[in-house]
Amino acid sequence: MGGKRYSNLAGYTFLFPAIIAIVAFILTPIAYAFFLMFFQVDMLSGERTFVGLGNFTEIFSDPKFWAAFENTFKYVIVVVPIQTTIAMVLAALLNSKVKFNRAFLTIMFIPTLTSSSAMTLIFMWLFNNNGLVVNLIDSLFGVKMQFLTNPDLALTVIMAMNIFSTVPHFMIVFLAGLQDIPQNLYEAAAIDGANKVKQFFNVTVPQLMPISFYVITMGLIGCFQIFDQAFIISDGTGGPQNSTLTFTLYIYQLAFTSNDMGRATALAFILGLIIFAVTAIVNKTLKADEVNG
Amino acid sequence: MGDHMKKNNITLRIIVYTILIAYSLLTLLPFGWSVLTSFKTTAEIAGGGTIFPETWSLGGYKTIFESQYPTWVLNSVIVSLVVTILNLIFNTMAGYAFARIQFKGRTLVYSAMLMLIMVPTQVTMIPSYIVISDLGLVNTHMSLVLTTMINIAYIFMMRQFFINFPRDVEEAAAVDGLSKIGTFFRIVIPNALPAIATQAIFVFMAIWNEFMKPLLFITSPDKYMLTQGLNALSKQFMNATAWDVIMAGAIFSIIPIFIIYIILNKYFIQSNDKTTGVK
Repeated sequence: MGGKRYSNLAGYTFLFPAIIAIVAFILTPIAYAFFLMFFQVDMLSGERTFVGLGNFTEIFSDPKFWAAFENTFKYVIVVVPIQTTIAMVLAALLNSKVKFNRAFLTIMFIPTLTSSSAMTLIFMWLFNNNGLVVNLIDSLFGVKMQFLTNPDLALTVIMAMNIFSTVPHFMIVFLAGLQDIPQNLYEAAAIDGANKVKQFFNVTVPQLMPISFYVITMGLIGCFQIFDQAFIISDGTGGPQNSTLTFTLYIYQLAFTSNDMGRATALAFILGLIIFAVTAIVNKTLKADEVNG
Repeated sequence: MGDHMKKNNITLRIIVYTILIAYSLLTLLPFGWSVLTSFKTTAEIAGGGTIFPETWSLGGYKTIFESQYPTWVLNSVIVSLVVTILNLIFNTMAGYAFARIQFKGRTLVYSAMLMLIMVPTQVTMIPSYIVISDLGLVNTHMSLVLTTMINIAYIFMMRQFFINFPRDVEEAAAVDGLSKIGTFFRIVIPNALPAIATQAIFVFMAIWNEFMKPLLFITSPDKYMLTQGLNALSKQFMNATAWDVIMAGAIFSIIPIFIIYIILNKYFIQSNDKTTGVK
């Protein structure tokens, strides 16, 4: 009896710091969020007015919301498949008994270490009007392209940057998965006359399905939350012409530029629902394929 | 094996190496270019032109070190170290409790945490700012420490680690009369160093690179974290197209992580697949 009580005490002593932090900085904010969504909050006076679903109706009739919606979806649709594919192919190449694979791995991992703020500045310099990429295109094709001030291209720069910095991380995840594929599957395929490329599509890709599923899910969640790069590139404005306005950036603007905490929380809740729904749909589709294949 | 097959294999090898080398160069290019830029003079950058600096200048680095940059570096070092140490202790303790201590409500608390990990940060971003502001902690480093002192993902990682950890060492310690807390600090932690090192690397890197939280919580420039300071630096120097200064700041901010990476390279790559929780 005493032992049991001691165990309970020990268990909760060990968990105490974690529970305090979770209650204060995760649970309370979640509860707060559910409450704030239905209010109009004036941060300066601290006054709250109940508006029911008012925040939501305002959001849906707001053109900036739809711009953020479009940008974020465009971003996810382009970035997730590209980063997943590049990461998988590079992992397969590194796993094909190449020499110096350790050296390749070490170099390729560098972008993942770099903070988004340093990386964004580096990319802004590359794509600046006097930057390497612009000068290169100019000397090759004689066209002076403006990337960061062109609404059609600014988001593309952010996409390229994100692919560049997340590929190495996912590549290592794939590499771990590749090591678990039984070698005899490849031997069997070779006997059937499949060349390396065919082996990749008939053995590697299907065997990596569970890992791809993880990479796609994490990629989706990460891409929907894109903030740092869009904030730094546009100096928080989401410009030019709202072309880099993402969901999270708009949430930030509502809360800290317009001081509209209620609407910001409502938008955060919508984003949460979207992430949840898209992840569920993608997971269901991929799982279905896995069963069929 | 026929000649044809062999020739095919050689062609394939060449393609594989070409792609890998090309991608490695592509990886290094932006960094190399930035390093070179950081050693140019502002005038030379405005003139465009050459790859290597015509005159190697330390002007960019001088400018950042005469600004508040050193303060930001120091802020980032202190906050990152404190956060890392707290995470190591608290996550490891919690993970150990879930793996090894039988207590009432263990399954319930564990599944509650599993659920919380799925709530996106955006949902809690604004309300946690309000909590921080209600606690009077806006514009203090304490706000960053308190909101990042634990990480549920690493609690899970440590739980998985301790589940596979041999029990006999702890049992021997218990026979010798050590308390649970004593056993934990004197026996368990020294034996869990590989998992703890893994955690340390990723927690440190995450807080060193964090941008959004400092942006929300910290308002005065002397308290900025380095990432936030970099953003301020770029705003200040971009109009003057002083890219040497901006690149010096960006490149220098990578150095601490880079040194850790070189020393702990093996851990970085191996541990990365452990934290993903795929296996």
